Amino acid sequence: MQKHQYEVVVVGAGGAGLTAALYASKNASTAVISKLYPTRSHTGAAQGGIGAALGNTEEDHPEWHAFDTVKGSDYLGDQDAIDFMAAEAVDAVYELEHMGLPFSRNPDGTIAQRPFGGHTNNDTGKPVRRACYAADRTGHMILQTLFQQSIKNHVKFFDEFYVLDLLIVDGKTAGVIALELSTGEMHIFQAKAVIIATGGHGRVWETTSNAYSYTGDGVALTLRKGIPAEDMEFFQFHPTGIYRMGILITEGVRGEGGVLINGEGDRFMETYAPTVKDLASRDVISRAMYLEIKAGRGIDGKGYMNLDVTPEVVNHYADLDDRKNPDGSPYRVTASDILSKLPDIIDFCETYIGVNPIADPMPVQPTAHYAMGGIPTNKFGEVVVDEKNTILPGMYAAGEVACVSVHGANRLGTNALLDLVVFGKYSGLKASEYAASEPYIDLPPDPEAFAMKQLDDLRKGTGKESMVDIAAEMKSVMADHVGVFRVEEGMQKAVDKIQELKERFKNIQVDDPGLKFNMNLIEAWELSNLIDVAEVTAVSALARKESRGAHSRDDFTDRDDKNWLKHTLAWLDNGGVKLAYKPVTITHYKPKARSY
Amino acid sequence: MQVTLKIFRYNPEDDQKKHYDTFTLEAAPTDRVLDLLERVKGTEDGTLGFRRACAHGVCGSDAIRINGVNRLACKVLVQDLKSNKVVIEPILGLPIEKDLIVNMEPFFDHYRSVMPYFVNDDPPPKKERIQSPEERERFDDTTKCILCGACTTSCPSSWVNEEYVGPAAIVNAHRFIFDSRDQAAAERLEILNEQFGVYRCHTIFNCTDACPRDIQVTQAIGEVKKAIIKGSVD
Repeated sequence: MQKHQYEVVVVGAGGAGLTAALYASKNASTAVISKLYPTRSHTGAAQGGIGAALGNTEEDHPEWHAFDTVKGSDYLGDQDAIDFMAAEAVDAVYELEHMGLPFSRNPDGTIAQRPFGGHTNNDTGKPVRRACYAADRTGHMILQTLFQQSIKNHVKFFDEFYVLDLLIVDGKTAGVIALELSTGEMHIFQAKAVIIATGGHGRVWETTSNAYSYTGDGVALTLRKGIPAEDMEFFQFHPTGIYRMGILITEGVRGEGGVLINGEGDRFMETYAPTVKDLASRDVISRAMYLEIKAGRGIDGKGYMNLDVTPEVVNHYADLDDRKNPDGSPYRVTASDILSKLPDIIDFCETYIGVNPIADPMPVQPTAHYAMGGIPTNKFGEVVVDEKNTILPGMYAAGEVACVSVHGANRLGTNALLDLVVFGKYSGLKASEYAASEPYIDLPPDPEAFAMKQLDDLRKGTGKESMVDIAAEMKSVMADHVGVFRVEEGMQKAVDKIQELKERFKNIQVDDPGLKFNMNLIEAWELSNLIDVAEVTAVSALARKESRGAHSRDDFTDRDDKNWLKHTLAWLDNGGVKLAYKPVTITHYKPKARSY
Repeated sequence: MQVTLKIFRYNPEDDQKKHYDTFTLEAAPTDRVLDLLERVKGTEDGTLGFRRACAHGVCGSDAIRINGVNRLACKVLVQDLKSNKVVIEPILGLPIEKDLIVNMEPFFDHYRSVMPYFVNDDPPPKKERIQSPEERERFDDTTKCILCGACTTSCPSSWVNEEYVGPAAIVNAHRFIFDSRDQAAAERLEILNEQFGVYRCHTIFNCTDACPRDIQVTQAIGEVKKAIIKGSVD
C-alpha cells in the first residue's frame, strides 16, 4: 500500500481532466490519475468540431449560440450555465489555438468553421458556420494538444491507475483510493480537492459509438457515496453510426452538405425539419430515422438509412436549398474537398464496411453516443448533492461525467468539446483556489476498506453466472426499452431486468487470480458500474411522464412544462433508486414550442 | 468461418515460460481481430491480457503483431487476413508485462525527449494566430499520430539500439518543426541531430508500412534530415 499527498487529484485524463490539471497545477500540487494512458481517452474520438461564435466567415454571436443551446436542450438546460459557456467559448477556442492546436484554416488564415446541427443564425433560422474544426479529427487534436501542454508544464500523471473509491470524511473531500493496474497494488491519495473527469457510459447500450472504457466510472463512484446522479434519463443517440457497428460518422458530413436518404430515395428530413432539414438537432433526426424505418422506408426495408456525401448529391441538394458560400457564390463541392475535410470518415468506411463515401452512400443507424446526465454540478464544476444545490466541499466534476446542466435533454453537436475545456478550466481553477485555503483532512485508519470489500465480493462469487451474458442482457434490454422511443411497459421491463441482473451479478466470478494487469477484475468492476448506471437511467426514465429532448415516450408524446420542467435527481438507496427533483434555472429564454 | 488464433502468452506471476495458446472460434469475415480477442477473453480464457479502448483505430491502445506485422487489432478484419490461422504477439522491443501488454514507458520517454509541444513565447494575439491553408497543410500528415507505437516497434534500428528516439518521436517533432507558428524548430533539430537522432534511420520503410494512420513516416524523417543539413525548414 502506497500513500501519496496532492492538493488536487484529477481523475481521468481526457479533454476535461487535462484542462483541469493544466489550470489546477498552476497554483496547487496536482496529480492526474487515469485508467488509460491519457492519449487513449475518448475525447480523441470526437470528430466534427468545437462550437464558438467566432464569426470568422459570417455573422454570429455568443447570444445566438446560447439560445440555440437552450432550444437544443428542450429548455431543460440551466440558462445561467449556458450563457456562461457560450460567452467563454470564443476565448476557449483562441486559447486552444494559442496552445498550438492545428485547426483547419480559411483562405485568410483564420480558424475554419462549418455548420452543425441546431446551430443557427437567430434572425433567419438558417444554419450558421460555428463549429471550429480540424478536418474530422477535432477531438484528436484537442486531446493531443492538451497532453502536449501537460508535458510542457510537467503535470504529474499516474497512468493506468484505476480509482475505486472517493474518500469523504465528515462531509468533506479527503482523497481517493486507486489500484495500480501494472502491479495490483492499492494506493491511497490524500487530497484536498478531487476533480472527477471520467467521461460517459455509452457501453450500457448495445450499439454505441463509445470506447470500451466508457463504463460510467465516475457516476458509479459518486452514487456509491450517496451523491445523486442528475437527468440520467437523457442519453443521446447520434443519428449516424455505421450500421450494426455504431462507429461514429460525424455530423460534419451533413455540415459539408451530406443528406440522409430513405429506402424510397427521399431526403426525408425535409418532412420533419423543413427549415434546417439534415441539420436539425440529433434527437429530432434519430426519431425521424426510426419513424421512417418503422414505416417500412429503411434501405431495402432494413433498419438503416443512407448518408450520402457524394459530390453529385451534395451539389444537387445545395442547389435546391439555395446554399451559398460566404462570398455569395453557389455552394459546390468536389471529391477532393470531401477527401480533405472528412479523411477519417472515408478511412473508417473503407476499413470497416468497404464503402468509399466519395462514390457511394454510407449505411447508418442511430448509435448510443453521449450522456447529458451525470454528476450534478454548478457552473464552476462544484458537485452539488441535493435539491437545494448544496455543495460537497472539495469535490468537482467536469466533462461528460458532469451534469451542469448545459445540455439539458439534448446536447447540440460541438458543445461536448466546448463543455470539456470550459468546465475543465473552471473546475481546475476552483479546486486549486479551494485547496489554497483548506487543510488536508485526516484519513480514517483503513481508508481502503470500502474498496477492498467490493474487490473481495468480485472474487468470491460462485461463478454460476457469466459476465458476458449479464453484459449482453443489460445492453439488449436497454437498447430495446430505454432507447430512442420509450413506453411505460418497456421501461418497467428494463427496470425489472436490471434489478435481476444486479442480483445475478453477485454470482459472477473473476477467473484471473493475479495482481499484474488483471483486466478480468477491472472489467468485472466496470460491469458493476454499468449496471448501477443502467438502473438509475431506467428508473429515472420510467418516472418522467412526458417527452422532452432525447426522452421520447409513445405514451406521453408531449413536453409537459407544467409538471416536468425540472431536473431529476436519483440516489442509490437500500437496493433500489430514490428520486427527487430540482428546478431548472430559467433566465431570459422562456420555454416555447421547439421546431427546426 | 473458423479461425484459429495462436496467441503469445506470458504471465510473470506464474512459473510458466513464454508460450503460445491456441483457440479456434467461429468468426464472420467482417469481425475485427479485436472482436476475436474479446471473444477469447470473454468465453475461453478470462486471464488474457491486452489493451483496447476506442475499437476503431483512433486511440492507439491495441498495437500488436498480427502474423508478424504491426497492426492495430481493431483495424484488421478477418477478411483482410490472408489465412484463417492467425498468430498474435506483442509488439517488439519493449518489455513484456503480461501476454500482449508491453511497457510503453521507454516509448513515451523518447517521445517526451523531442519537445513534442508547441513553443511560441510571443504574447498571443487577442484572436487566433494567422496561418494560411498552405502553411497548415505543410505538417498535416504528422498531426495524425496517435502514439500507438506501431512504427517505432517495427523499426530494426530501434530494436538494435534502444537509445534511438525512433520514428514516432521524429514524427511528433516534425509536426512542430514545420508548423509556421512554432519557434523551437532549431532546438528540436539539434536534438535530432545527435547520436541517437535521425541518422539511426536507414530508410527501411517498416514504419510507414506499420502506421495505422497512413502517415508517410519515412518521408517525414527524410524531411527532418534535410532540414538539419540545410539548417532551415524552408
